[in-house]
Amino acid sequence: MITDFDPGRHDDESVAPELAPLNLDPKPDGPAAAVMIASGLGVFTLGLMTTLAVINGSVKSFLEWFQFDQGVGALAGKSTVSVLVFFVAWLVLWLIWRQKDVVLKTSFYIGLGLGILGVIGTFPPFFEMFE
Amino acid sequence: MEFSSRETWTVIHGLVLGTLFLLAFAGGLAGLWSMRPGLMTTEGIKERMGRLYVGAWVMAAAAWGAVITGTWIVYPWYRVKLAPVGEDAYAGCVDAILPNAACSPRDFLKSNVSGDTEMWHIFGMEWKEHVSWAAPILATAAAFLIVYYGPRLIARPWLRAAVIVMFVAAFAAALVGGAFGAFLNKVAPIV
Repeated sequence: MITDFDPGRHDDESVAPELAPLNLDPKPDGPAAAVMIASGLGVFTLGLMTTLAVINGSVKSFLEWFQFDQGVGALAGKSTVSVLVFFVAWLVLWLIWRQKDVVLKTSFYIGLGLGILGVIGTFPPFFEMFE
Repeated sequence: MEFSSRETWTVIHGLVLGTLFLLAFAGGLAGLWSMRPGLMTTEGIKERMGRLYVGAWVMAAAAWGAVITGTWIVYPWYRVKLAPVGEDAYAGCVDAILPNAACSPRDFLKSNVSGDTEMWHIFGMEWKEHVSWAAPILATAAAFLIVYYGPRLIARPWLRAAVIVMFVAAFAAALVGGAFGAFLNKVAPIV
């Protein structure tokens, strides 16, 4: 659930009174949700590209294009595309949610699920099933 | 006593950046773990947070450095095809004890000329080269959360737990890369 940022919602000083003298500005949950989902998407893309490169020769050729004759092979594209997805998704979600409160548990589980799928995609016994 | 250029880069990739990553991870995890209500004074929080910010960004920077040097500098030396002669894909590796100018580490492992080594490439290197890229992504995300929310993590246990999970996941990804990197450098060193 996404709501407008309510500075009174996070009463951090009542949970941890030692924070009161620090006079901290209230911060919404949106930016945390953004980076959790973006990092999950980045790892998921890594696994997806790894597996797709095995399944489809055209995808592999596209990923190899990123190596710029450095001898890196398709890993150049897999890593570059994944990092781009991470930073672009982070930027977009940040812009949308920077002044919002977003349910962190849901965002975390989405990011975690994507991350687990991504790691499975990079696991050789998995992607070798498609060779 | 000297290192070749390739040895120097493998040392920077694995030993220097890897060690920096491990040190920053250990310190960062200890710092995050103790961020609980009532455990620190206000002065203690101020003193600790600066160190935690630096540690988190050092960990992220070390992870980026390790995967970039690994992928773009060291990996091409590992995977270059040197051995094929005619129809024989591993002719250059015949009787090789270690990789050499006619037999790259990848050729050497896949040729099985020195025992059952192919799985080191098929499983070890294939997993390491891919999953290691999760480490900088997760470490950067964790570092951002630590710096953006700062001491507020003390009052938000769920957020702090999420940061710890990302922090540990970054370490786990780096551990796969680091461990297989060390083993592979024993079995088939880059020369």
